[in-house]
Amino acid sequence: MQKIYFLCIALFLSQIPIDAQNCNLLFKGKITDFHEDTPLIGASIRIINLNKYTATDLEGFFEFNDLCEGKIELEIKHIACETKRITINLEKNLFKEILMEHHLEELNEVIVKNNTKTATTSIEQTIKEEVIENYTDKSLGDALKTISGVSSLSTGTTIVKPMIHGLHSSRLLIINNSVRMFDQEWGDEHAPNFDLNSSNRIDVIKGANTLKYGSDAIGGLILIRGKKYAAKDSIFGKSSISLNSNGLGGNVNTEIVKTYTSGYFGKFQTSYKRFGDFKTPNYHLTNTGMQNFNASFRVGYNGFEKGFEAFYSIVNNNFGILQLSHIGNVNDLVQAINSPEPRNTENFSYKIENPKQIILHHLGKIEAYKRFKGLGKLTVQYDFQINRRKEFDLGRGNRENTPVIDLRLFTTSLQPNLHIDFSPNLTFDIGMLGRFQQNNAVAGTRSRPLIPDYEKIDAAIYTTGSYHIDESTEINAGIRYDFSKIDANKTYLLADWKKNNFDQLFPEFEGEIDNTRIKTHPKFTFHNVSASLGFSKRLENEFTLLMHYGLGTRVPNPSEFFSDGVHHSNARFEIGFLNIKKEIANKFNISLERSNDNFGFIVSPYYKRIKGFIQLIPTGITTTIKGAFPVWEYDQVAAEIFGIDIDLNKRINHQFDYLGNISWIQGNNLTEDIPLLHMPGTNFSNRIVYTNEKWNQLSIGIKNTTVLRQNQYPNYNFFTFNPSTQQEVFVDISTPPPAYSLFGFSASATFNAFKKGSLKLEFNIENILDVSYREYLNRFRFYADELGRNFNIKIKINY
Amino acid sequence: MNSTSNLKTIKLLAILFISALTFTACSEDDHDDHDDHDHEEEVITTLNYTLTNGSDVVTLSFSDPDGEGGNEGTYSISGPLKANSTYTGAIELLNETESPAEDITEEIEEEDDEHEFFFTSTVAGLAITKTDADGNGNPLGLETSLSSGGAGSGSITVVLKHEPTKPNDGTSAGAGGSTDIEVTFNVTVE
Repeated sequence: MQKIYFLCIALFLSQIPIDAQNCNLLFKGKITDFHEDTPLIGASIRIINLNKYTATDLEGFFEFNDLCEGKIELEIKHIACETKRITINLEKNLFKEILMEHHLEELNEVIVKNNTKTATTSIEQTIKEEVIENYTDKSLGDALKTISGVSSLSTGTTIVKPMIHGLHSSRLLIINNSVRMFDQEWGDEHAPNFDLNSSNRIDVIKGANTLKYGSDAIGGLILIRGKKYAAKDSIFGKSSISLNSNGLGGNVNTEIVKTYTSGYFGKFQTSYKRFGDFKTPNYHLTNTGMQNFNASFRVGYNGFEKGFEAFYSIVNNNFGILQLSHIGNVNDLVQAINSPEPRNTENFSYKIENPKQIILHHLGKIEAYKRFKGLGKLTVQYDFQINRRKEFDLGRGNRENTPVIDLRLFTTSLQPNLHIDFSPNLTFDIGMLGRFQQNNAVAGTRSRPLIPDYEKIDAAIYTTGSYHIDESTEINAGIRYDFSKIDANKTYLLADWKKNNFDQLFPEFEGEIDNTRIKTHPKFTFHNVSASLGFSKRLENEFTLLMHYGLGTRVPNPSEFFSDGVHHSNARFEIGFLNIKKEIANKFNISLERSNDNFGFIVSPYYKRIKGFIQLIPTGITTTIKGAFPVWEYDQVAAEIFGIDIDLNKRINHQFDYLGNISWIQGNNLTEDIPLLHMPGTNFSNRIVYTNEKWNQLSIGIKNTTVLRQNQYPNYNFFTFNPSTQQEVFVDISTPPPAYSLFGFSASATFNAFKKGSLKLEFNIENILDVSYREYLNRFRFYADELGRNFNIKIKINY
Repeated sequence: MNSTSNLKTIKLLAILFISALTFTACSEDDHDDHDDHDHEEEVITTLNYTLTNGSDVVTLSFSDPDGEGGNEGTYSISGPLKANSTYTGAIELLNETESPAEDITEEIEEEDDEHEFFFTSTVAGLAITKTDADGNGNPLGLETSLSSGGAGSGSITVVLKHEPTKPNDGTSAGAGGSTDIEVTFNVTVE
């Protein structure tokens, strides 16, 4: 490239004396800042081929005299600006305005963003690509657990939902490539349909101005992002394979990226994951295998003034569910709780039988942006998602291929956003959202649909702004208004409709009555206001103080409104209510951070007060032909959640590093003056890493993770009568399992095996001591232990 | 030259992208009839346990016509059992959310190796034995023999297990599996 360049110059120079030229031309110009439309003073301008220099004056003007006709190559430089080169064909006297871009970080996100926050005032932590790669064969929930304050709510081994500050599902927003994920996320046993391998960076935002994404991030926000690629001509990629002894399975992943000097780029990624039955220290967990296929495409044009990006991802998950978690009635539950290990544990198998979940998720988006001189950047995004969830249960007859739950959720939205940045100290975002969602409870399941057919329309408008008070201080504020309209079609049992007083409360929803059933058309409209206020101050010695207040509002999700039926994996009858109101949260976060490799830390306390906190709790017993079932109903209480997350890093010497974190959380049900259900226990982790750059970047680490027993729990235990044994039986569904402590080992080395690329080998052991333990936040803790020891080998190739 | 090939690649990628969208959007279509949204339910609503001793017929019934939820089920016992007698028992299972009612008994017969009934009683001297067997020769319990002792009262519990261990120790707890039916009748022996 460089050679061609010089050749051109040489050719050009060699032509000069030949032509009889006009060499008295005047070239005047002005250098202007693109954003602020202000003159740039002291920019240096060089005509490369003539080696002439000048600089702009106080008004941003410059001029060259006595130029000859022909091409001139200009190079313009200014502090904090991307150096610009342009070619001009000079035929007569010329005046030209040249726009320069001094927001370097915007252009060079590739380089800078690795250590940059989403916003200066946000209280967040990031998982980088290296960490994501370590979790290539695990789930989003597993990867995020490495961050303090993040735990997970799991259903068995493979279905893992992230939880921030004890809140999950509808209270956590997951933004995948700037698309808010809608994948029946309200369900405790519905894991996010997202492949870790398709992302390059994940931010966990505990407190920040996230109004752009929604009003209901009561727990927090998970931002999954792709990379920005530099505009150069290149092709590169990576492939990895990961193999595990536990579950005898693993993952293969490959991605390839092509970039062009013009700014165009394309990326293709695909991964396949397969596991058989997992094993606890003492037995196999029958039917816990999984199979998962993902692919994602990204194409785009990354120009400064304009650009676009299209992204599409498909995720196909097939999860086996522990067979013995299928519980017939409360006596089966007692039996499962009281037996030390699941009955009928079978030998290892790759077979995925019922019960199981098969989920297919499509996500596509197209985003385009244009920058306007002296104003800012307008972005318009269109996206759609289709989620098809099928759940299969152990049923009678030849119905193993008939799902008991079959839901198809379609979501599409349009989001324009204008980012105004002409003023160096004050930036604004103004945006709107229009979204349509349709749920289809697909017929043919031979059971009452868990979630009915509904249509939902959302519209929102928001504005956020940041203001730099001085070099080190910034404030950030925002406000958002949301309108939601839900229009559902649900058939109730007439007896339930009357028992819940819905005939008195909602006579307008009633439709035709057919024997024991009533067709209803519930319609709800919500108006929500949410707000955010943040402050950040950079102090001496790399200290930063951050404060954030957020007002969040959440509209009840479909399960909170409409649930009504037996959930066999926990032997309970779940009932939602049409009279559930919206949830309003006031959140306060403070964070004191020191970013330093020798000794850094984040100390981050928080307090959330939630009005109308919707929870699912046991309220009684119902009798069916299957026997007794505990009834769990959604109710609303006043709640508070507070706690502290601490992260620490210390360099012991130039080869040893210490990393640690601790999270403590307390959740209270203020209405009843008892603790909240399913709050994570205090947990801490300590890790020592040895690295030696000289020996192929050898890295060896030992990690300990300890989770203390949750002693603050609500007691929902009860007694039930077992008619077969004629005894009253105690049903302990509340007592958390004991504390546990796990050790892990990891080692990795990188070899420059190829001319242009590297080979990384990794060896890991999880649960080295093969400890048998149970986790309070695993919904299957009644039935089986967590996983035993696992050996893992990873081979990664970058090329 | 370079830029045209770039453009080609982009076009190709764009076509791939769009075709992938169209393809998946089409394949996603569920072929269900959307008007047919009545959602027939697969439930057992009714258990009839008919005990016959010559002309003496006693029926123990549990019926929950609207299925799980809604109105709770009701028990009906047609009359007392005679002391020191032997009855032939037969179980009938129905799904009455459908009209006409669906006979679930047949399904149990077809999958007899995956099911088993268990009977327990608190009435002194009353014993129930299973007189039928599944294809593997293990007890099933759709057909039974009930022999009563002296006069007294108490309860009879009928449990149907799905996917129990077979053979087992004869108790529902020992058999494991998941419970499909668990009903208890209060009976008197005269």
